[in-house]
Amino acid sequence: MHYVVRRLLTLLLTVLFVLLLTFAAFRIIPGNPALAILGTEATEAQIELLEAKLGTNRPLAEQFTDWLAAAFRFDFGESLRFAEPVARLIVSRLPVTVSLAAMALGITVSFGIPLGIIAAGARGKAADLLVSIGTQLGLAIPSFWMGILLILVFGLALKWFAVSTFTPWSENPWLAFKSLLLPAVALAIPQIAIVVRYLRNSLLEQLGQDYVRTARSKGLRESAVLFRHVLKNALLPVMTILGINFGEVLAGSLVVEQVFTLPGIGTLLITAIGNRDYPLVQGLVAFIAFTVIAINFAVDLSYRWLDPKIRLR
Amino acid sequence: MRGMRNFSLVLGTLFVSILFVIMLVSLFYTPHPPNEMNVRERLQAPSARHLLGTDNFGRDVFSRVMVGAQTAFQVGAVSVAIGLAGGFLIGTLAGYAGRWVDELLMRATDALLAFPGILLALLLVSVTKPSLFQTMLAIGILSIPSFARVIRAGVLQQKEADYVKAARGLGAGYANLIFVQIMPNIASAIVTTAALNFSTAILIEAALSYLGLGVQPPDPSWGRMLNEAQSYLAKSPWFALAPGVLITLSVLGFNLLGDGIRDLRDNSI
Repeated sequence: MHYVVRRLLTLLLTVLFVLLLTFAAFRIIPGNPALAILGTEATEAQIELLEAKLGTNRPLAEQFTDWLAAAFRFDFGESLRFAEPVARLIVSRLPVTVSLAAMALGITVSFGIPLGIIAAGARGKAADLLVSIGTQLGLAIPSFWMGILLILVFGLALKWFAVSTFTPWSENPWLAFKSLLLPAVALAIPQIAIVVRYLRNSLLEQLGQDYVRTARSKGLRESAVLFRHVLKNALLPVMTILGINFGEVLAGSLVVEQVFTLPGIGTLLITAIGNRDYPLVQGLVAFIAFTVIAINFAVDLSYRWLDPKIRLR
Repeated sequence: MRGMRNFSLVLGTLFVSILFVIMLVSLFYTPHPPNEMNVRERLQAPSARHLLGTDNFGRDVFSRVMVGAQTAFQVGAVSVAIGLAGGFLIGTLAGYAGRWVDELLMRATDALLAFPGILLALLLVSVTKPSLFQTMLAIGILSIPSFARVIRAGVLQQKEADYVKAARGLGAGYANLIFVQIMPNIASAIVTTAALNFSTAILIEAALSYLGLGVQPPDPSWGRMLNEAQSYLAKSPWFALAPGVLITLSVLGFNLLGDGIRDLRDNSI
């Protein structure tokens, strides 16, 4: 249990650091943030009003402790542009981003794992080269360009998908699924490359172990060796990688949402940056960072729980 | 297996060299002036006169992607330099001082690593006006942790080695120990990190510029070109191809180069 306590402490420190960073970023702006938002033509009264709203007229230490306390209550203040609480805005845009990330992860698993097994089975010069080229290429193509290519091929040329329209799940689940499919594929491709690479390496490593020789020598068929013994051991590290890469999927969706004009967290963040809506930007960045940190933490703990070989230190 | 490894290195060197030559040539020669607009020739398909067609202002796409290589290399080089300088400072300090200094610095880099790269870049870019300089600074800062880790690990590993102890016994100062004794021995790890960060820098710059929050016009950028191209996707699909191919090629090149150098090192041990 000691390990969990230490890990929790690190988690808390990381969260504090993130909050400090998001806080500091908006206080190092040269000059007055209220002035930066309103522009030089603002009147004295307007600036004072906004300063009071942002709280930037109070001492720095007081602002920071307030921001800390409020963030732990999931209260990030009010958006300047939308005149709505930041937390409510985040929650309203969350379903799109979460379903996008979940679909991307689903596609990653359902293609990455079979492809990884095939890649491990095919050994030899030509196959090695093919796998290596495929995974390197998958990692190098930026997901937003892949998104544009997918729109070009499946949206404009083949007309299988409507371009740049999003239908909410509540309205028509099938259309909602369709409008998220291409962006999810664009996000999944680099992840598939990562899974194939890891699974292949970890399968090849496991296949050289003694227990595999034992299983083979007692007459098990190759498929039984693979599915009953090897895969179980080889999949664990892959699951960890998937969990850790969830952050990357989330970050990728910030850009890909923009390509497909999906009304998710990413689009909200880019709009907020464009509007100089500082409370919204601050809240969104903190929220996204929290999510990534929390998921990494959960993955780390579940890994230790799932793998009895790793003792809880 | 040995042939395979060299393959990464050879292919990576080849791609990076091609891009480097394109970049060098673009400093002296482009088929057309990259910013010359020509309304009558807007959104043309590739032809003998415009090898990759023209954009929405009638500018020559081929010339513009050539000049875009300058931005990519500049962003990569400057941000890697920032990351290396910051990482060197933090890494050697943490590795040498140890104890709570090490603990504090490493927790801070952990926290920085917990941020997805682009999110941190967006945060930094959002507080100031987007520009080429902002972009390079933001990407440089977020590449500090990876350098810091590699250098710290190298220093920790080497500082107890016999040759370092011998040098210390002969009265070598910290500067000599770090620069003359230790650095040459961890140079290949640093070069690998630099190559991988170079590709990440190009990727993040392209993403930021695509979002309109990175390099601003008239500075040419592949990401920015993709943003413009997307509006005319139905009319001139080829416009969106060239910048994307070049981004992919440079990311691929630097990744392969990094992998190749790492494998070379692993083999030599």
